[in-house]
Amino acid sequence: MAFSSLNEFFAMGGHAVYVWAAWGVTALLMLVIVWHARQERRQLLNVVKRRTRRENAQRNAQPSHAQPLQEPVNSAQKDVHHDA
Amino acid sequence: MWAFINKLRSPKWFYAISAKLQPLFWVAATLLLLVGTVWGLAFAPADYQQGNSFRIIYVHVPAAFLAQSIFVSMAVSGLVFMVWKIKVADMVATVMAPLGAAMTFVALFSGAVWGVPTWGTWWMWDARLTSMLILLFLYLGVIALRGAFSSRDSGSRAASVLAMVGVINIPIIKYSVDWWYTLHQPATFTITGRAAMTMDMWAPLLIMVLGFYSFFIALTLMRTRSEILRREANKRWVRELAEETN
Amino acid sequence: MHAPQGGLMVAIKATLKRDLTLMLRRRGEVLNPLVFFALVITLFPIGISPDPELLASIAPGLLWVAALLAALLSLDSLFRSDYDDGSLEQLLLAPQPLAALGLAKVAVHWLLTGLPLALMAPLLGIMLSLPAGSYAVLALSLALGTASLSLIGAIGAALTVGLARGGVLLSLLVLPLYIPVLIFGAGAVQAAIFGEGIAAHLAILGALLALALMLAPWAIAASLRISING
Repeated sequence: MAFSSLNEFFAMGGHAVYVWAAWGVTALLMLVIVWHARQERRQLLNVVKRRTRRENAQRNAQPSHAQPLQEPVNSAQKDVHHDA
Repeated sequence: MWAFINKLRSPKWFYAISAKLQPLFWVAATLLLLVGTVWGLAFAPADYQQGNSFRIIYVHVPAAFLAQSIFVSMAVSGLVFMVWKIKVADMVATVMAPLGAAMTFVALFSGAVWGVPTWGTWWMWDARLTSMLILLFLYLGVIALRGAFSSRDSGSRAASVLAMVGVINIPIIKYSVDWWYTLHQPATFTITGRAAMTMDMWAPLLIMVLGFYSFFIALTLMRTRSEILRREANKRWVRELAEETN
Repeated sequence: MHAPQGGLMVAIKATLKRDLTLMLRRRGEVLNPLVFFALVITLFPIGISPDPELLASIAPGLLWVAALLAALLSLDSLFRSDYDDGSLEQLLLAPQPLAALGLAKVAVHWLLTGLPLALMAPLLGIMLSLPAGSYAVLALSLALGTASLSLIGAIGAALTVGLARGGVLLSLLVLPLYIPVLIFGAGAVQAAIFGEGIAAHLAILGALLALALMLAPWAIAASLRISING
């Protein structure tokens, strides 16, 4: 151990502000980055889920129509069979 | 080798394989960062001249290394995208840029903070900090350029060109700034004082560097998968996947 | 059909002639960077201090930064009007390599912006009490340097020509890449003041120019294609 007590550890020999500021900002930023990445993924999955459900509902409501209403993202795709 | 490249053309394949790789890198990152942190903050010796502020090296140097490596990776991905038209390469480049910028900021911030007890000033135009600042601008340029185009493909190609131009310039900029600094500052004392580091100082540094790199890979895999979801949202396999989750 | 060699030289000459004629007609665009250069130099004594000794010590850097910014300002005129009236698209369709034609355009741009800036700089140097013995190096370093700046800047101009507010983005893209040229250009003038190392600085400026001449045309061509086909 480079320090003989916990208090000494926090004090960092007088350089506490600098060490903890640098380490703190780094740790905080990395945590925020991870949180944001997970949030992003959750949001995307939700969006896809909602859109699928909406289109299924529309398709079920109009059984006589061959073409369900689709989001403008890719109107050429109807029943997607290719998986690449 | 070509089979691998052809597999890369399929975002779905990449999504599946990265699902398996991701946990490995998250575990590695967590372990390495934990061990490195404890070792660097509590067990490694303080520097003779700089005292305990020396411990900032354990975040500053890994962040600086990553900042530069990520830019190079981004440029390579851009090249792969332009030459072989592999969409996943562009997705990887897209998600790497913000992380690279963040790491550059961390390097700048920690470097500046380190300068206060060392030089008595909040900002020092030394070669490393100046180069990092220029790198930050390069990152911001790539991110801004990609977003400025209304067509995603145009934005991707423009960002790839800029990343490649940038990566060629980085060594030139580094050399020029190094030279400029030594010309104007006769006392060339580098903040890290690499020559003076003992084994029990650079071992935790190595671990932190590895930890940061593992973090970068894990995060990139995760965000690339999200990018795949975003861009392939209308494909059946994505819809089925979304239904299965939760 | 012309033989490929003949076709290329004909196309390059035609591009040079066309761009020269057009730019000379737009006197404003040619004079603007020069006036900007002079204005910015005027701002420094007002904003910092009129003390000749102080100005003399920072003159090389001030002159170089102001010239660099003036060169940046002039980049917009490189491709924009051709983009707007469709002649840039025609250039893309030409059978001759776009890299060569783009290089021709950049050459004209340098001739009518970079070179005049380099020639005007000594005058402004007088206003900043630039020490004697460095005026020739000032002009020479700027002439060499602005050629590189035109080439590098053309890449940024080509990437942003199709964008709505491309001008602001252009500065962000191009200024970091300008820094090596600035360091050795201003360094050359400093070296001239202290009387040593001029040749080394100018040699490096020359090397940077050579590198830019080799690589930039391809980047410019690729960027033009992206902006037009996008």
